[in-house]
Amino acid sequence: MIKLAVVGLGKMGLSHLAMFRAQPDVDLVAVCDSSRYVLDVLAKYTGVRTFTDLDEMLSEVKLDAIVIATPSHLHSRMVRAALEQGLHVFCEKPFCLDQAEGQMLVELAESRGLVTQVGYHNRFVGAFMEVKSLLDGGAIGKVQHVLAEAYGPVVLKPKGGTWRSKRSAGGGCLYDYAAHPLDLLTWYFGQPSGVAGSVLNRVFSRETDDEVFSTIYFPQGTTAQLSVSWADESQRKMSTKLTIWGTAGRIYVDRQEVQVYLRNQPAMPPGYQEGWNVRYTTELTEPVWYYLRGEEYSAQVHEFVSRIARREVRGRNSFHDAAVTDRALAMILEDASRGPSTTHESPEDLQAKDRQRPWPWRLRRQFALAGGR
Amino acid sequence: MDRLLFGDNQFFGVNHMSEEKARTQALRFQDIGAVIDVIDSAYAEGISTFMCTTHDRIEQVCDHVRARTSQYEDLQFFPSMPYAHKYANAMTEDGPLGAIRRFLPEEGLFDAALRGGRSLATKDIEGLTTLLIDAEMKMFKGLRTPVVFLQNVVVDLLLGLGFHQAFRIFADHVRSSYQAEPAFITMNMPRLLVALDEVGIENPIVCFNLNKIGFRMSGGFDAYEDAMRRHEFRAVAMSVFASGAIPPREALEWVCAQPNLESIVFGASSRANIRSTRDLVDELWTQRAAAGAGAA
Repeated sequence: MIKLAVVGLGKMGLSHLAMFRAQPDVDLVAVCDSSRYVLDVLAKYTGVRTFTDLDEMLSEVKLDAIVIATPSHLHSRMVRAALEQGLHVFCEKPFCLDQAEGQMLVELAESRGLVTQVGYHNRFVGAFMEVKSLLDGGAIGKVQHVLAEAYGPVVLKPKGGTWRSKRSAGGGCLYDYAAHPLDLLTWYFGQPSGVAGSVLNRVFSRETDDEVFSTIYFPQGTTAQLSVSWADESQRKMSTKLTIWGTAGRIYVDRQEVQVYLRNQPAMPPGYQEGWNVRYTTELTEPVWYYLRGEEYSAQVHEFVSRIARREVRGRNSFHDAAVTDRALAMILEDASRGPSTTHESPEDLQAKDRQRPWPWRLRRQFALAGGR
Repeated sequence: MDRLLFGDNQFFGVNHMSEEKARTQALRFQDIGAVIDVIDSAYAEGISTFMCTTHDRIEQVCDHVRARTSQYEDLQFFPSMPYAHKYANAMTEDGPLGAIRRFLPEEGLFDAALRGGRSLATKDIEGLTTLLIDAEMKMFKGLRTPVVFLQNVVVDLLLGLGFHQAFRIFADHVRSSYQAEPAFITMNMPRLLVALDEVGIENPIVCFNLNKIGFRMSGGFDAYEDAMRRHEFRAVAMSVFASGAIPPREALEWVCAQPNLESIVFGASSRANIRSTRDLVDELWTQRAAAGAGAA
């Protein structure tokens, strides 16, 4: 039996609590949250031990593993405390807002032989897994370009008082939504070599972004366009989808289905034919032990528990993988802060700008203009 | 309960197989008139139970029916609450407590408890739950709602958390305030039956995925077959076509041969499809009766 605790009882934490508790090999012994109210209800009706302080829980309860589903800016401190106690850690995404800290945690966990996992659940969606194996097998040849999209109806008016509405706390469309299609990109194509043209727009939020657009470059010459909004009322729920163009075909994929167009080629993937192919979630999804909100959530929980049993330090979505996605998020953030790289400015704009600059610059500019370039 | 219940997923862009199909459906049913036309078709084909989520748009269907009671004498609603995405999206924005507060009709009780920062007494939890139920039931006022379902996301969350007493609170309130049978939708049927039994809900109505390929029958196909034979409960099958993965006749042949099945909920967007499903089930149910598979 794995003795496990959950920290942070928001939307993800509550559903993790339910899913981990339903696992046959898990003994859910404690929960920790800052809200006394939620804790009291759980204590009263489910009998679980409750804590408002993580350190107190760590010192009082004998644990093997922990689930951290607190606001993102709290992850690194809590993950460190848990690893130092020798616990296996499942952490919600995004892993760490500070990359250097994230890297140290990867090393700490690996040096202690601890199993880690981050909740990028798309890597457990049957359709996205199918695409992973198609791409790894070279089904569509060399991948030229990818359009990675995610849209959903989270922020539809100017309000919101939780951490998710503050970038500094790890909230916003970039961390909450764009992280998902970006994680699929890093799963499929690895660490990006560069990003450009990144835009983080506000629609309704005051302290964070509601839209994310970016161009992402991968080492083998593959490029991707990221287009994400969590302020799209036309969507019933979050939808993540990728369109992938290769030299030998094209793939469209979302949570429900994979549509593949293949050119005639010597190495057809088994079960696929030239032209159009469709695979649905009903055939791509493995049954789960306990279902709450999509098989992928149960599957990732099961994977974490099985990896602990196998003591498998590196695996799908380990801290090592998530740190790659974290780095890509940081690159987009940095790129967006620079604004456009090629700009158009009218002569009046240039003059106004020059007036604010020191005189040697002005002289140089006038000289250049007089020279007629 | 009728043998066939008419569901509403098709009206709200829910399709477990394809987002493209879901959007096509959402476009088609943009106008509530198109939804009502399909319900009318089902009604004309003798299907008079509409099992529907408490989606905002259902309110318009309710208004339409309320204004024409003589036209819909036999029509009854099986509300299933809450419309889960409404809560899920609200939770992302406001957190779990904020989401609950947003859907409460009156703020007093809950806010007072939160401000106090202390636990609520049992009666307060019951009060809170019943307020939420009443808010969802408001749109059905004056209509026949003999069965009221709790949606699977809520059922399965409570089940996983081990908060089984909540099922009891729901059941008691639905019985006492609406003179209706409490019912439960789940993706984990065998496990739920044990929990309902534990809190003393006898012979419960439980709606769950039941299909030949075992799609979303969590806990395993065998556990479902076993539970259907051994547990005393009123079974309602859903997802019998596994979102279109199984051809209709093959799907229904298998489902209609299962023991102790009382009803099947299905969705369709055209009168022709409604009729062919009804005809198939009529035919297969006759065979079932002859074979002695049915409970009643």
